[in-house]
Amino acid sequence: MFTKLALQSLLDRKGSVVLSLMAMTVSIFVLLGVEHICHQAKENFSNTVSGVDLVVGARTGSINLLLYSVFRVGTPTNNISWETYETITNSAAVKWAIPISLGDSHKGFRVLGTTSNYFQHYSYGSQQHLDFASGKAFHQVFDVVLGAEVAKKLGYQLGDKLTLAHGIAATSFSMHDDRPFTVVGILASTGTPIDQTLHVSLQGIEAIHVDWQQGVKMPGSNITQAELEQADLQPKSVTAFMLGLKSKMATFRVQRAINEYAQEPLLAILPGVALSELWQMMSVLENTLLLVSALVFVAACLGVSAMLLSSIRERNREIQLLRVIGAPPYFLFFLIELEALLIALVSCILGAGLLAACLAFSQDYLVSHFGLHVEVNFLTSNNLYLMVSIICASAIVAIFPSFSGYRQAKVIKS
Amino acid sequence: MTIDLTNVRFHYPEQPNQTVLNIPSWSVPVGEQVFIHGPSGGGKSTLLSLLSGLLIPSEGQVSILGQRLDQMTSRQRDRFRAGHIGYMFQQFNLISYLNAFDNILLASQFSQRKKAPALHGEIKKLLTVLNIPENDWYRPARNLSIGQQQRVAIARALINKPQLLIADEPTSSLDPVNKEAFMALLMSIVSENHITLVFVSHDLSLSSNFNRVESLNDINHLESSA
Repeated sequence: MFTKLALQSLLDRKGSVVLSLMAMTVSIFVLLGVEHICHQAKENFSNTVSGVDLVVGARTGSINLLLYSVFRVGTPTNNISWETYETITNSAAVKWAIPISLGDSHKGFRVLGTTSNYFQHYSYGSQQHLDFASGKAFHQVFDVVLGAEVAKKLGYQLGDKLTLAHGIAATSFSMHDDRPFTVVGILASTGTPIDQTLHVSLQGIEAIHVDWQQGVKMPGSNITQAELEQADLQPKSVTAFMLGLKSKMATFRVQRAINEYAQEPLLAILPGVALSELWQMMSVLENTLLLVSALVFVAACLGVSAMLLSSIRERNREIQLLRVIGAPPYFLFFLIELEALLIALVSCILGAGLLAACLAFSQDYLVSHFGLHVEVNFLTSNNLYLMVSIICASAIVAIFPSFSGYRQAKVIKS
Repeated sequence: MTIDLTNVRFHYPEQPNQTVLNIPSWSVPVGEQVFIHGPSGGGKSTLLSLLSGLLIPSEGQVSILGQRLDQMTSRQRDRFRAGHIGYMFQQFNLISYLNAFDNILLASQFSQRKKAPALHGEIKKLLTVLNIPENDWYRPARNLSIGQQQRVAIARALINKPQLLIADEPTSSLDPVNKEAFMALLMSIVSENHITLVFVSHDLSLSSNFNRVESLNDINHLESSA
């Protein structure tokens, strides 16, 4: 009966209640959304690479190396000579190595030159290896394996031909259009930057640059595909490489050896450490976002309280009536609290529903534009705690109007 | 005795020098219907608040149904009021957004009566006795006519089977026809259930319904200075 009383009383003041409800809903939506997306981004992040012990590149900052080798963001500072690559990967501690050669693109998607080791050893998430949605790894010089998103976005299927562009801009004027590649495999979706990558062999990368000098195609040269496949396509350098070691214990020793490598300035990083460093940089942003959304929520709470407080003045007669039928003054306190809680509860449900709907609708957009895989189900224990604290916070803020209701009930005016 | 006041003085805490009520002795026996008239601002509402335990006297004893209201805690007085006293205002007797049925149900929630097994049936019976058409039972109180609202208010005041009914100008918002019907209904219910009635009004034409008529000035002995 008392819940009914509170509900009916709120319904009676539809106008102001709906407005406060909307303010609360939006603030809860923002709060839950920020929390969820930050959490998901973090998870995506740390899931990008696993099982790789060291990432090696030309000397630069560790975050820069991580960004271009794993996330395909930014530009590499320098290449590593093939001799150095061979020397390091042939050392006793190394179990396997994945070379990475970057610098070309296809319609804005980056092209990665590598070896079949990539499909064998690279893993993400909790040690998941790459799976093929269809086709297989590349064997020929002009074979290409597409990431899931690339195939989906550009509508490629097995057997399709495509040409690569020199450089990494979405619209490039220097195309490797004389040497088309054939799609031989499409990877299953991983939710990592791999989805947005085209994979070719190192030889493929060499082949398309055979008659290029200083990043420009030599005029007049006209080597045929067949000639190319016969040519010596031994790569002269790679951009970076990833190492799997035989023993985890050796990681720091190998890392130091690489960092002190005399022939070439190199940098070896532990991807996990670099990832958390990177995330630490982002956490300032994360905390700022959370703080702002918390403040928006507090503002909405205060709005609800102001609405309840002003309603108490209009409800003087109602309060006197309740007193006359035997309601003690504290009943009014709880009645107003109950109204605030109902508003918070309904806002929570609406905000959560709105968030679920938005996530469901924007999932594809987030993946294609930000490479962000966001789960629609945001009801993690973390977010449930958040919702409970939201309801507690609104109950605390509602103490002010509730107390005012209590005082009003104590005073009998005749 | 239903009501027994002895040496009651009352002033508002903010104005300690201005005595509003000074009643050396006043009592109403069980089942009696008293009509009190007097000018507005003469302390009528204050007297009714004292009788219902919403206010306690500054001095003196207020005894209702043999119980000393002035010695009870505020919580005890609230419970006592819910269980034993029905109260009617001039208007706004109902919560406007609740329907007639829920208004009466709400009034029962503060007394022991909420546990009564046939409560819903009793409410319906009361509404029928008070001539409220069934299709108006579940309409928000604000959509009822004033006459209907005041009749629902009787039901609301009676649902807890009070021994004392206090009515504060309940007819002043009614037109003459409704007023007469209302009074007839009220008086018949009160005498049927042996309820003690304290009825306050400035409308002396209503006093013909009562066997005891008093002027507030005769009860309230204010000093000449006040």
